[in-house]
Amino acid sequence: MLETKDILETINMIDNENLDVRTITMGISLLDCLDENIDKACVKVYDKICRSAKDLVKTGEDIEHEYGIPIINKRISVTPIGMVAAPCQSQKIIKFAYALDKAAKELGVNFIGGYSALVQKGFASGDYALIESIPQALSETEFVCSSVNIGSTKAGINMDAVKMMGKIVKQTAEITADRNCIGAAKLVVFCNAPEDNPFMAGAFHGVGEADTVINVGVSGPGVVRAALAKDGAGKDITEIADMVKKTAFKITRMGQLVAKEASKRLCVPFGIVDLSLAPTPAVGDSVAYILEEMGLEKCGCHGTTAALALLNDAVKKGGVMASSHVGGLSGAFIPVSEDAGMIAAAKSGHLDITKLESMTAVCSVGLDMIVVPGDITPETISAIIADEAAIGMVNTKTTAVRLIPAVGFKAGDVLEFGGLLGSGPVMPVRAGSPEVFINRGGRIPAPLQALKN
Amino acid sequence: MKAIITVIGKDTVGILAKVSEACAQAGVNIVEVTQSVLQDMFAMIMLVEIDKATIGFDQLKDNLNKVGEETATKIHVMHEDIFNSMHKI
Repeated sequence: MLETKDILETINMIDNENLDVRTITMGISLLDCLDENIDKACVKVYDKICRSAKDLVKTGEDIEHEYGIPIINKRISVTPIGMVAAPCQSQKIIKFAYALDKAAKELGVNFIGGYSALVQKGFASGDYALIESIPQALSETEFVCSSVNIGSTKAGINMDAVKMMGKIVKQTAEITADRNCIGAAKLVVFCNAPEDNPFMAGAFHGVGEADTVINVGVSGPGVVRAALAKDGAGKDITEIADMVKKTAFKITRMGQLVAKEASKRLCVPFGIVDLSLAPTPAVGDSVAYILEEMGLEKCGCHGTTAALALLNDAVKKGGVMASSHVGGLSGAFIPVSEDAGMIAAAKSGHLDITKLESMTAVCSVGLDMIVVPGDITPETISAIIADEAAIGMVNTKTTAVRLIPAVGFKAGDVLEFGGLLGSGPVMPVRAGSPEVFINRGGRIPAPLQALKN
Repeated sequence: MKAIITVIGKDTVGILAKVSEACAQAGVNIVEVTQSVLQDMFAMIMLVEIDKATIGFDQLKDNLNKVGEETATKIHVMHEDIFNSMHKI
């Protein structure tokens, strides 16, 4: 029989410490939906998604009820639409976004990701038109998420795409200015994008993946913080790392169980568990508060990068043994607007965009959900993307940029999204123009790290 | 399939009886019970078999939630595997 204290611990994690499975994401390949006629292709896309994921939401809810574990989101990721659109690039590519949105609505999923292009080395047929359509697509759809991979360790950084994405991010914010610039929150620019990521807005279904697959993203910053708060006093850093590892193991085991069960019930292969600590704006479900629990007065003060590196590493070490396949982003997320502690630290001036940039060198994602002044230039956005991509390229890790230029807002104001997206204080960016550098275009050559063969 | 029922709350007369009655009415077989009272906080854990239950899992949960409301306790019904996977290697 199980021990009473173990059972009560699990229940306490769920009831009081915000433990949940953040998402069950079904990856669906659309490579069999290509057609020269875009309308026919859209019908194939809609039909395939609806056929493959018809039981996804119900299965998620059944597992949630039987196991007593909250499963917050059910999502779908698809083959990057840039590829699906290749045969019909001269037509209105945005029709694919409408088809994805319609399928998401029909199925009742929370998001559908994959309005994406992989252009780390150059633009293939369909990619350019897709990227140009992103602002309109994110404005006119509700559930569609978009991502663009502009660099990788193997390929270097496509600076033409970086330049383009500065404009696209700004346009996306402007076109949705009447809805708190929400479009930009659904758009991620990646370097080294993972092909099995279950988290939005950057999820897409890579070309090397099976036809359909189940990926699960766990959560649980509140559980880690509570463990440190309960037993962490007076412990040295090695002991703190061990405590994080043990907690991460338990969280991930739950994700593994849900993933295996969903895979079995849906008759879809199990892909990966993403070990990420994903915060929510709920008080207590914050990565920043974990860092503060380790002994930092405020997230963002000196020492934050070291604490985050320790946390990120311990989460992986604890999680990796708990799951048979680990993938996606797997680490600690630091989305500013979605994390109560980050919001507080940004408001009090302890956390700024440059400290966040250094933190991204040791965590699992990048500059995520950062609200910047509405008068930021496209070139500055491009330069922020280039900096972040350079960190990812050189360190052989995923980095991402999800900036929200808050139209009509200036530094110090607050942009409210509500729900899981939270609210974001507008952060000032560094002065000085990178215009000439960005307008050069071309490619940053792949670093020596790429030459491993 | 086995499930774990946990009852947590202030100790009052008849909690065990009421939960057991709800189980019996639903054809749920109680395999094992442990309970502890710490000061006046009551924690009871039941391992039950629900394969032969005459009602669905959600209905069982609803019925037990009603017992929880009557006795001012919090009652969870969860699949046994969630605890096994989290606490056993």
